[in-house]
Amino acid sequence: MLKVINALLAILGGVLGSLLLFYVMNKVAERLPRKWEERVKPYVFVGPAVVLIGFFLIYPAIRTIVFSFANRTSTEFIGISNYTDLLSSGGFVSGALLNTLLWMIVVPALTVVFGLAVAVLADRLQLRAEKLTKSIIFLPMAISMVGAATIWRFVYETRPAGTPQIGVLNAILGKFGIDPVAWLQLSQAHVNSLLLMVIMIWAQVGFSMVLLSAAVKGVPEDTIEAGRIDGASEKRIFFNIVVPQIWPTVITVFITVLIMVMKVFDIVYVMTGGNFNTDVIGMRFWTELFTNGNSGYAAAIVVMLMIAIVPVMVYQVRNFRRQETQR
Amino acid sequence: MTDVSLDKPTPSTPGRAARGKAPQEGARQSRAGWFVKITMGVLCLIWLIPTFGLLVTSFRQPDAANATGWWNVFASPLKATQWTLQNYHDVLFSGQTPMGISFVNSLAVALPATIIPIMIAAFAAYSFTFMHYKGRDILFIVVVGLLVVPNQVALVPLLRFYGDIGLTGTFPAVWLAHTGFGMPLAIFILRNYMAALPLSVIESAKIDGASHFQTFWRLIVPMSVPALASFAIFQFLWVWNDLLVALIFLGQGDNMVVTVNLAGMQGQQGQGWQLLTAGAFVSMAIPLLVFVSLQRYFIRGMTSGAVKG
Repeated sequence: MLKVINALLAILGGVLGSLLLFYVMNKVAERLPRKWEERVKPYVFVGPAVVLIGFFLIYPAIRTIVFSFANRTSTEFIGISNYTDLLSSGGFVSGALLNTLLWMIVVPALTVVFGLAVAVLADRLQLRAEKLTKSIIFLPMAISMVGAATIWRFVYETRPAGTPQIGVLNAILGKFGIDPVAWLQLSQAHVNSLLLMVIMIWAQVGFSMVLLSAAVKGVPEDTIEAGRIDGASEKRIFFNIVVPQIWPTVITVFITVLIMVMKVFDIVYVMTGGNFNTDVIGMRFWTELFTNGNSGYAAAIVVMLMIAIVPVMVYQVRNFRRQETQR
Repeated sequence: MTDVSLDKPTPSTPGRAARGKAPQEGARQSRAGWFVKITMGVLCLIWLIPTFGLLVTSFRQPDAANATGWWNVFASPLKATQWTLQNYHDVLFSGQTPMGISFVNSLAVALPATIIPIMIAAFAAYSFTFMHYKGRDILFIVVVGLLVVPNQVALVPLLRFYGDIGLTGTFPAVWLAHTGFGMPLAIFILRNYMAALPLSVIESAKIDGASHFQTFWRLIVPMSVPALASFAIFQFLWVWNDLLVALIFLGQGDNMVVTVNLAGMQGQQGQGWQLLTAGAFVSMAIPLLVFVSLQRYFIRGMTSGAVKG
């Protein structure tokens, strides 16, 4: 009960507090000479947000970079040895790094393909069937990764051979007389990692579908008509007329999922804890920080992640600038 | 739940759907062959069955839930003795770490972490849209760039900082962190929406002698309600469903939230699937409710081109 009251107080305090802050700062700005008022006021409006971003994102990010050159407790600088240690350890390179790369190759592409397929195919169903289909595919978006992982753990559940299987996957195998497989421990050919990726794809196809569906429906009918008149097949119309026009949306979806995948943590943490060769960068960051208590390694891992994201950031900014000039 | 217009095109892309095709759309004949129908049907089943199995299991008797597959209930679905609500009662109220308390904690974390950033971001978005000042464009470019930055970059130093001032394990630590992490997305969504508002309204308010403060409150905030709602839903779902930030700053003590609790339950052997499944649904109830009832705003936010890192 106390917590609820606390939370309500926080909401009230947060809202009223920030209101008061803006009000007072605004009043102060109005007291200034006219010329100064116009100059100062924008900073009154933008100031608190800048302070928050600076304090909770930019400044910590810079400190993370500094920590990445320091020892495990950040008390002494040790040059680049965190990086060299990590990059020369097989466990990191052929484990976390390779698996993250695998996630980056498999998940965004499949999410786009599935999303586009549902967007296009559901469009052909009756309206009510289309809406129902889309709602079903979209629903997992609401569920946390922990929840999604729980759902799929139950699907992958393994019981000893000879006892009834309660996981769907092994029960199906049982119907064909195949012995149960301990899916999450099956690291051969990265099967277990792929099964973890299935969860991410399951959760994100809805997102991909919604954006791509809007894009497909936005393709002007006359461009498609023109293709038909020229006698192009449905397939050609799709790949040569529709796809080029929705390409910007495809890229947006791809990048969003890509970023999500690069820092994936929840699914791996819940399902395997990074064991059985399913480690990824996001998981390794956690392991180094808490299990091994090595801030230096943890920071270095995050910095590598940041470097990998820089191209995406540049693309994002460029894309934004282009859109702004079109406004 | 099924009545969602998932396919609203964005206003900037007039296309097939936007050009008065709607009237005949309702009577649209299925253009799908059997192949498409079967594919879609199978896909829907694959999407539903895992969640459905979990839901069924959460209402089964503990012994049965852990001994036989959940599909066995359909041999005799009307047999009342195989169903029970006890699992929900147990997971919510008993054990060392009852989900009921975590549920309250999650609310206590998510509500302030959703509401506090909104106003701060709205003021900033207003300044980016309607005010002219030195450094404005650079500042906004920084915001756009920060959208894709994963919040892992800030965690180690923040953990240190919170440790130094004794804030670790408290709600304000998480509120502040989520407020900071959510700020770029909030500003981005709100600014994009405000930039599309009719400039003439703002101009005329200026001519009438309204100050920026008045224009903001009387005009821009009421007009921006859809965008404010979009962000609120995004942020609420984001914070409620977050595991990493809650795990690092709140951990598994008295203040642990539902995601941390659910993740912790998986590690403990002997919890039994009936409790795990019920716990999972407790953790999903609020997001599903919010999502289903406010999907319209959620989708609007999504199609605004927001990408969160």
